Amino acid sequence: MAEVLEREADVVIVGSGGAGMYAALVAARAGADVLLLDRSLIGRGGATVMAQMTVAAAIGHAELDDWRDHYADTLAAGRGLNNEPLARLLCADAPERILEMAEWNVGWASEGNAITQAMAPGHSARRCVYVDYLDTGPAVSRTLRAQLSRTEGVTRLADLVAREVVVADGRAVGIHGHHLSSGREVAITADAVVLATGGLTRLYARNSASANMGGDGFALALRAGAELVDMEFVQFFPIGHLAPRMIGMDPIMWDPFRYKLGGRLLNAEGEEFTERYGVTEDGSYKITRDLATYAIYKEVEAGRGSPHGGAWLSFEHISESDLRAAFGPVIDRLAANGIDLTKTRIEVSPIAHYHMGGMVVDEAMRSRVPGLLAAGELVGGAGGANRLSGNAISEALVFGARAGQTAAAMSTARNSAAVRAAAEAAIGGAGDLGDYNPAARILELQGLLNRDVGPFRDADALARALARIEAMTAEAAALGPPIAQGAFDAAFLDRLDLANMLLTAEAITRAALARDESRGAHQREDYPEMDDAWGENQYSSLSEGRLALERRPVVREDAA
Amino acid sequence: MSGAVARLRVKRGTPENDQGHQTFEVPFEEGQSLLDGLRRIRAEQDPSLAIRFACINANACKECIVKLDGKTVYACTTRLIAGEMTVDPLPNKPLIRDLVTDIAPRGDRIQDQA
Repeated sequence: MAEVLEREADVVIVGSGGAGMYAALVAARAGADVLLLDRSLIGRGGATVMAQMTVAAAIGHAELDDWRDHYADTLAAGRGLNNEPLARLLCADAPERILEMAEWNVGWASEGNAITQAMAPGHSARRCVYVDYLDTGPAVSRTLRAQLSRTEGVTRLADLVAREVVVADGRAVGIHGHHLSSGREVAITADAVVLATGGLTRLYARNSASANMGGDGFALALRAGAELVDMEFVQFFPIGHLAPRMIGMDPIMWDPFRYKLGGRLLNAEGEEFTERYGVTEDGSYKITRDLATYAIYKEVEAGRGSPHGGAWLSFEHISESDLRAAFGPVIDRLAANGIDLTKTRIEVSPIAHYHMGGMVVDEAMRSRVPGLLAAGELVGGAGGANRLSGNAISEALVFGARAGQTAAAMSTARNSAAVRAAAEAAIGGAGDLGDYNPAARILELQGLLNRDVGPFRDADALARALARIEAMTAEAAALGPPIAQGAFDAAFLDRLDLANMLLTAEAITRAALARDESRGAHQREDYPEMDDAWGENQYSSLSEGRLALERRPVVREDAA
Repeated sequence: MSGAVARLRVKRGTPENDQGHQTFEVPFEEGQSLLDGLRRIRAEQDPSLAIRFACINANACKECIVKLDGKTVYACTTRLIAGEMTVDPLPNKPLIRDLVTDIAPRGDRIQDQA
């Protein structure tokens, strides 16, 4: 029996996307000894590195702007459900983070000394910064990795999956993890645990997710005793790439194209159909995400969809030279995929992209479990019922910095015996799965959520999904706890992921079933209107192993 | 072309237990990547096949690097073909299992740290 690997630090951070890396930098610079874990490679596996889009911050380089206007836009997009102090924090701190990244040479597109800022749907000013060409996320990741490598006090641990937050005497005291490349259980004792594991869009068959976005942080948080909020609000990105098949290109790439070049969203009859849903675009990019998702679904439903069941996106009216000026080498990568935008339209459709819901935290990123913090997309509430475009990376950086600051100041409460005991309990035993294929079950779950818990839901579909999720959960539990058989046991990893995906999927489905109205990213076919009585948030928690839901008023700003 | 298959000869095993190449057949679909084929094998035939990837299709994570017919490629940006493809782990990195090697940079591995 391989013994448990033990590590200890002031702060342990799970996930090395933008939020986790920023938290690590800030905590270490405040004097903390930090362990930064990732189930993949450090700074490679999260959503940040895949972000090709823009980052919203009221720095006022393109035109007069104020973070209060950004805040007002964020609340308007959120349809009355935003946690106001968190949304305010996001908008107020974003400029500082963006300018700090500029000092660290991230390479924001700029002219002279002015950083270029694009207009984006839902924003009242040109506010969104980016790195050419389609390089925003990779540049942010690269920059943070470079800062980490020159910061004392951060130890990076790749290939390390967090299995549980260890809680002793009501306090988070560390992480029980699994080191994939050696197959060993790991006990990490710390004073503060920061979950920065990102979103959950891998739960959907059509997504812009990486393999790491199965919602593990949501499940870990629930099991540790923390609360989740707004789980019914999954944002669908309306114009994910659908056809023709491309390789080596992220499906969200058309958003930056629309920012710069407009483009025309067309139905099967060649009409710009957004007018029918109240938004006249006329070749510019104006429609917000929830409305565009709705419009495309309705067109498909009415038999006016593109051949693969989406909409056409056309840049045919834009000249080759304008395309090249805007996207240079990307045009060659498209050509390698057989796509010439001056001659061919592409097909797009909504794909799961971001989760508005997440862990309930205060402005210092503290959950109700002492010692347990969150950062980045895993934080719930800032976006309300619909996140404003450009706010995800801002949120990662701002909330990451806050979490790092709070974690570094946490008082000591080491309990390495409890963490070791949790890790030791996972050693030994057979892992025989018989005919059970957890990779196939993951595919099934993704198909189920896409069909029954997508942007348009009704009571029958949600109830059917819930019943199947419960059956799959029981089936997985009957196999006993997952036990790794050596290094990189892929089926074992699938079982860990599936267990987390099932619990997270159940939380989404139950919240979606309870909210019998339509608002933002949550659209009920059987309750198509917004209901003022539902101007409240739903909180999910685990109570004696069962998910419980509770309605509470929105957290408003103190009238200061 | 219906009925066409991709035959993937995939290296299996660990440093202690070399199992040679195992051949899998998956239906060939125009436009798919080598990674699509490998993931399909896991979901439909053998979930124990160990492969490493994160971003799936974005060419962002750089984790799915393998040898294909002797050449170093990313599985996500290589097209599947309706023929035979031989896939091996990187020869210059420590083998972990099947196609997975230890590609984490020095300093990011738990075994490098006391």
